[in-house]
Amino acid sequence: MNTLPVTFAGETLHLTGSGALHWPARALLCVSDLHLAKSDRIARREGRMLPPYETRATLTRLADVLEATGATHVVCLGDSFDDLDGQAALDREDAETLAALQAGRDWTWIEGNHDPGPVTLGGTHRAELSLGPLTFRHIAEPGATGEISGHYHPKCRVRGPARPAFLMDRERMILPAFGAYTGGLDCSAKPLQELLTDPAVAILTGPRPVPAPLPRTGRRQHLPPQGRPRRIGA
Amino acid sequence: MTLPARFQTWFDSRGWQPHPHQLDMLERADDPALLLIAPTGGGKTLAGFLPTLVELAEGGHQGLHTLYVSPLKALATDIRRNLTMPVTEMDLPVRIEDRTGDTSATRKKRQRADPPHILLTTPESLALLTSYEDAPRMFAGLKRVIVDEVHALSESKRGDQLMLALSRLDAMAPGLRRVGLSATVENPAAIASELARHPDPCPILHADPGPDPDISMLVTEERPPWAGGGAKYAIPSVLREVKRHKTTLIFHNTRAQAEIFFHNLWLANDEDLPIGIHHGSLAREQRERVEQAMVRGDLRAIVCTGTLDLGIDWGDVDLIIQIGAPKNVKRLVQRIGRANHRYNAPSKAILVPANRFEIVECVAALEAVRDRDLDGDPKGPGPRDVLCQHILIRACAGPFLAEDLYREVKSVGAYAGLSRAAFDDCLEFCATGGYALRAYDKWQRLKQTGEQWHLRDPRAAQRIRMNIGTIQDTDTLKVRMRGRGKPLGEVEEGFAATLTPGDTFLIGGEIVRYESMREMTVEVTRRADKEPKIATFMGTKFATSTQLSQRILRMFRQESWPELPEHTAGWLALQREVSKLPEADRILVETFPHDGRQHLCAYGFAGRNAQQTLGLLLTQRMEELGLHPLGFVSTDYATLVWGLDQVPDPAPLLSPDTLREEFETWLMGNAVMKRTFKTSATIAGLIERNTPQVRKTGKQATFSSDILYDTLARFEPDHLLMRITREEALRGLVDFGRVEEMLTRTAGRIDHVDLDRVTPLAAPLFLEPGRIPVAASGAQRMLEEEAARLMEAAGLSG
Repeated sequence: MNTLPVTFAGETLHLTGSGALHWPARALLCVSDLHLAKSDRIARREGRMLPPYETRATLTRLADVLEATGATHVVCLGDSFDDLDGQAALDREDAETLAALQAGRDWTWIEGNHDPGPVTLGGTHRAELSLGPLTFRHIAEPGATGEISGHYHPKCRVRGPARPAFLMDRERMILPAFGAYTGGLDCSAKPLQELLTDPAVAILTGPRPVPAPLPRTGRRQHLPPQGRPRRIGA
Repeated sequence: MTLPARFQTWFDSRGWQPHPHQLDMLERADDPALLLIAPTGGGKTLAGFLPTLVELAEGGHQGLHTLYVSPLKALATDIRRNLTMPVTEMDLPVRIEDRTGDTSATRKKRQRADPPHILLTTPESLALLTSYEDAPRMFAGLKRVIVDEVHALSESKRGDQLMLALSRLDAMAPGLRRVGLSATVENPAAIASELARHPDPCPILHADPGPDPDISMLVTEERPPWAGGGAKYAIPSVLREVKRHKTTLIFHNTRAQAEIFFHNLWLANDEDLPIGIHHGSLAREQRERVEQAMVRGDLRAIVCTGTLDLGIDWGDVDLIIQIGAPKNVKRLVQRIGRANHRYNAPSKAILVPANRFEIVECVAALEAVRDRDLDGDPKGPGPRDVLCQHILIRACAGPFLAEDLYREVKSVGAYAGLSRAAFDDCLEFCATGGYALRAYDKWQRLKQTGEQWHLRDPRAAQRIRMNIGTIQDTDTLKVRMRGRGKPLGEVEEGFAATLTPGDTFLIGGEIVRYESMREMTVEVTRRADKEPKIATFMGTKFATSTQLSQRILRMFRQESWPELPEHTAGWLALQREVSKLPEADRILVETFPHDGRQHLCAYGFAGRNAQQTLGLLLTQRMEELGLHPLGFVSTDYATLVWGLDQVPDPAPLLSPDTLREEFETWLMGNAVMKRTFKTSATIAGLIERNTPQVRKTGKQATFSSDILYDTLARFEPDHLLMRITREEALRGLVDFGRVEEMLTRTAGRIDHVDLDRVTPLAAPLFLEPGRIPVAASGAQRMLEEEAARLMEAAGLSG
């Protein structure tokens, strides 16, 4: 599998091209914003009937990355379901697939803004989770350190179309959405620009994860990173 | 037939004689359907309205009498102005109003409660009107429908939507008469059968087409270049013609070419002649400014594209210049009709070939115009995505029986052959999504209670109404000056994605510098550069029509070409000497080395889009055969492929079975398919363009339709929308239909000429822009290199 190792809060984390975070030392896999049963919610609320296969597609991708990493602890960073009714809307086949993934694994559901309550399916339900130097929560909090969060569905463009991306600075990492039916927020958007402090990096998902400096918007001037004097000349 | 006294007096008072076709229209006023073919300026509109005015002159008609539908909002407004004159002068008891997307909400409401005698509207506004529960009351007394520019509507799904709406009106107003007004077309009978209620007959009236146009090709001292579409060489001559005429319309085939030409024209415009630019990518304010200046007669020339194709009266145009080969004879004839709105005066037009091959095309087009040999591709059956939208619109108006709606739909010419099963598929799609996985039985959009179908949630009507229409904005992003700048226009999303800060491009005749992307807006700053770094944004490219391509191939059979300028005739003769000239019933394939690479040039004469598809299929096959293709480029007549290895025998590459097989595999993952899917899914009501309220959550709630396509392709590739997408793609940009046509026409007869150097006919292809590299892994590699360079620059690497 194509992963990119990064050092964050003193830990070695592997970022996958599919948008998951693997923490080998703890055999932990973290994914964010699965938005399962989103099509059900849209049909219920708007009357549009999107192809009802996104849960299947998302769980298949999750199964693939679980198999590749061999993780035994799964942390879903919130907005795992598009709303609380979504859990009930899982059809039998999807529910069985999910149960099979959960079997033999520690499974932590972090509360999100779409699913702010206990999940009836197996696993532990928590508002946030701290493990060693890392804290897992749905929405980034100002001033946090060693924080892994989701919520924003960040995307970034370097060349060609924008791709879902991990955003990372020294204190926090924001995960891209892992769910099939998810859009994205461009990393030039104000909340993301404000949350991240330079030197900040975007790691674009795709066939291979690709790191690039976080693009900074327009008029804001940023000083070159401290402690890394640029060499002039050869 | 004579006019009623009141009308005759009015004509006399203006010193006018009614045209024969105007009287014919009056005489046949009771026909259930009637199509009038008349050139621009032939009193077409009055011919259409005369029966209505005569009927209403008696007084006594309550409510709506005549509905006028035109493709352009502006046309509705224009016609209201023109009709008001006779109505006021004859003091007729007639109220005329228009209703378009721009009409205020209060006025729209009042129009439904108290409709005027004559309502002028667009297909979309009409579809919306039929979606209201009170529609039967509003349309109960309707007698006539006039469809203006029906030839233009018939070319798109807007026409299908309109005809479906007319089938609803028929049900609400039995005995409704239909009148179509059309410019010159190649096949009036086809338009007539689309217009009439199936299977009613639809007589066709022809107005005197007027004198033949005065049309010629510009021959300049300077030879046109070998390739390219800018026609920059012709700028001095064009400027000279503009000076000699009152008002000139300078038509271009693409917005991009219009921009470049306008820019160059402006640089050469020493006398500061007032010249404007007008095309669909410009901001509305900017277009309106140009239109107003035009109506006032303030402009000497307008550089424009198809947006000026339709019959709005822009004043005294006395010259049409067409830059670039016209690609399509029918469109050329209609454009020429824009000059000289006075009946019985010949229109004057000049064709300006942009390159050497276009000289051949222009001469072929001139001959076609002289022979009145117009082109056009037969239309397929009524599109089902439009039908899905129609079903939803019907549901908004109240409960209905499937049986009744099916019968109505079958009365539309384009849907006359629709099977009940195909109709039920569309109904099922609207009701449950039509998925094999029955996920939505609980949340159906349409439900059946007893026999009647109805909306599960009546509040859904609002969302459906907000998304009525079949016009698709391609994915465009607004361009504006940084800061509190004014909007300049729009560029395609695909183009915007290729921009890097610092790139300069042309828009609205200005060179601007790309600065950043901000909330789906491209921010730019003004630049004083002379040349933009990136030529310009893309834009649709028309393919040369089948008929015109055939005409060119026939020209190639001649012994000599006295009708062509000497340099062009000599070029063709040289090609015949060193290789061959392509023939209609064979594919000529040349192979030759050049500049260290092996080349293959296939002359399919299938039009740009189909040649492009051919290039993709050929290189895919060559890749599989280990022939290492590196890239290709296509024009309307040929595809040039280059690679590392020589192709010893091109016949297997071009065999129909091979191409069809490659096509199937290639099609599923193709970007064009995704774009086509988005269009159809939007029309069919799966994707919404407009939503009731935009919640600002700071997060993008919508996701790309590509995701839906990929999901369906994986889990249910035979879903109705996928089938619709496949059918549509064959016709549109992929144009595999014309690859098929080429394969049938040539039936495996391939002439392979192997040479040691570039041939005269292939040489221009080396100068064509739009070379496409063959490298599936190339995109990822380029992204990685760019990202690595940025990391390095930011001091973050290592």
